[in-house]
Amino acid sequence: MDIQKLEDIACQVRRDIVRMVHTNQSGHPGGSLGCTEYMVALYFHVMKHDPKFNMDGKGEDLFFLSNGHISPVFYSVLARSGYFPVSELGTFRNINSRLQGHPATHEHLPGVRIASGSLGQGMSVAAGAALAKKLNGDDRMVYSLHGDGELQEGQNWEAIMFAAHHKVDNLVAAIDVNGQQIDGPTNVVMNLGSIKAKFEAFGWIVLELPEGNDMKAVIDMLELAKQHCGKAKPVCILMHTVMGKGVDFMEGTHEWHGIAPNDKQLALAKEQLKETLGDY
Amino acid sequence: MLQDIQILNEKDTRSGFGEGILELGRTNPNVVALTADLAGSLKLNDFIKEFPDRFIQCGIAEANMIGVAAGLTIGGKIPFTTTFANFSTSRVYDQVRQSVAYSGKNVKICASHAGLTLGEDGATHQVLEDIGMMRMLPGMAVVVPCDFNQTKAATIAIAEHQGPVYLRFGRPKWPNFTAPDQKFELGKAQVLAEGSDVTIIACGHLVWIAVEAAKILAEKGISVDLINMHTIKPLDEAAILKSVGKTGCVVTAEEHQVNGGLGDAVANVLSRNNPVPHEYVAVMDTFGESGTPNQLLEKYGLNKENVVAAAEKAMARK
Repeated sequence: MDIQKLEDIACQVRRDIVRMVHTNQSGHPGGSLGCTEYMVALYFHVMKHDPKFNMDGKGEDLFFLSNGHISPVFYSVLARSGYFPVSELGTFRNINSRLQGHPATHEHLPGVRIASGSLGQGMSVAAGAALAKKLNGDDRMVYSLHGDGELQEGQNWEAIMFAAHHKVDNLVAAIDVNGQQIDGPTNVVMNLGSIKAKFEAFGWIVLELPEGNDMKAVIDMLELAKQHCGKAKPVCILMHTVMGKGVDFMEGTHEWHGIAPNDKQLALAKEQLKETLGDY
Repeated sequence: MLQDIQILNEKDTRSGFGEGILELGRTNPNVVALTADLAGSLKLNDFIKEFPDRFIQCGIAEANMIGVAAGLTIGGKIPFTTTFANFSTSRVYDQVRQSVAYSGKNVKICASHAGLTLGEDGATHQVLEDIGMMRMLPGMAVVVPCDFNQTKAATIAIAEHQGPVYLRFGRPKWPNFTAPDQKFELGKAQVLAEGSDVTIIACGHLVWIAVEAAKILAEKGISVDLINMHTIKPLDEAAILKSVGKTGCVVTAEEHQVNGGLGDAVANVLSRNNPVPHEYVAVMDTFGESGTPNQLLEKYGLNKENVVAAAEKAMARK
């Protein structure tokens, strides 16, 4: 798909995100807006996947969202690529909805393969699913997404050690390096030091993506990551993004991690985000 | 019937697990085994020798092992995770809750060295809360077989069950008395003896102790309805209610805290349906300590004398 088309989709996805969190005055717009290019690139350009949805996903590329609170971007991308009707986005966080606050399999929402929300578990799950592909002789890939603050959870480092030890080289784990977490800048709350050096020390191939909100850069990086697969090492993309990207007053601050815009703020946000595919 | 129950030999239940998973390896190509640096303790060595490609060593990192197991199910694998009961439950409760139970994943969490009979390692390793924790999770089956033969049969049976299972067994050599060729039925209580005066419901190692107690009670002219409740969840409520309908009182016996385990599961059924006198034989809200398995069972009251006393007390309350 050409870049302009992907950017149009991304614009609509961002519009979906702010509208979804506005409806119930709850949800996490900041990280969702920051990861929009990555999610659109995966689902509309990079991954081989089937919206008819089969849990086992044999012969398909799989995606796992570890930082489950950015469910709005995940749901929008799933709906816009045909997993369920876009109208269902209007039920986000409602009672009786399949679109739970954090992604879940319990309500059988097509496209979701694991519950996430309690942080730090997705890397293990992605590594297990990637191993299952190897055991099944399935040469498709597993992609995952994690927050940078999320790396403070120790289970990640167990999984990072595991994936290197078992040569899980069909796994591409992207880290959303936006430098923000709930209580403030990541390097103030709990400094991670060099994430690159840490992953490399554990035996991963690490690729830096300074422009995580540039669609072409994201696609080029995902293609490059694919070329690094199959070399007996898992691959990590350090994807530098701007939290809240696309809505000027939400950009670059942790303030919009988990709060929703009011009516006036929604109107301002919508002025900045064109309706490219039609609102749900 | 009670007199017919005899010890065939003494074997550890974990070795029953080892034989069971070896057989599964041969019959079900989707079965994979994971461990967190305890392959030998969990008797996986024969499985590893025969199926090296279906064995996944996770190192001392149980949280990751649970997540990896959840991931393996996506693609149709049936992962059996193995470590001590403590590290299978309390150590990884949130991982089990979110990635396995809430996600409805077909993971078999196989836990050895449960309870006091782990022995000399002491209370850090003697988990006595695991049945309670696991039975609280929606959709989680909880299986506590009583001896070597039953542990082997249960291991084979849970591979056929679609959904998460917690399988609890132990370390010491223990009387092996159930049939070697038995078919294990998940959720179906095993009635070991029929009687009319008191119901005794036990699980795990305490089933043999309950058998010994029932024999003592029989000598005293007390007839025991004896149930091996090898599946705590889903619980065979019909078997409980049928039994107490005859006897009018019950004793539960388990190698677990008094709170949250088999006894509380049974009490829940009784209070909603037929509240009869109920006495507990369990660890009374305390931690364990170092000692031999038999010393510990004596000190904490998990012995046949206590089961007999509890039965007499329950009968007196009728």
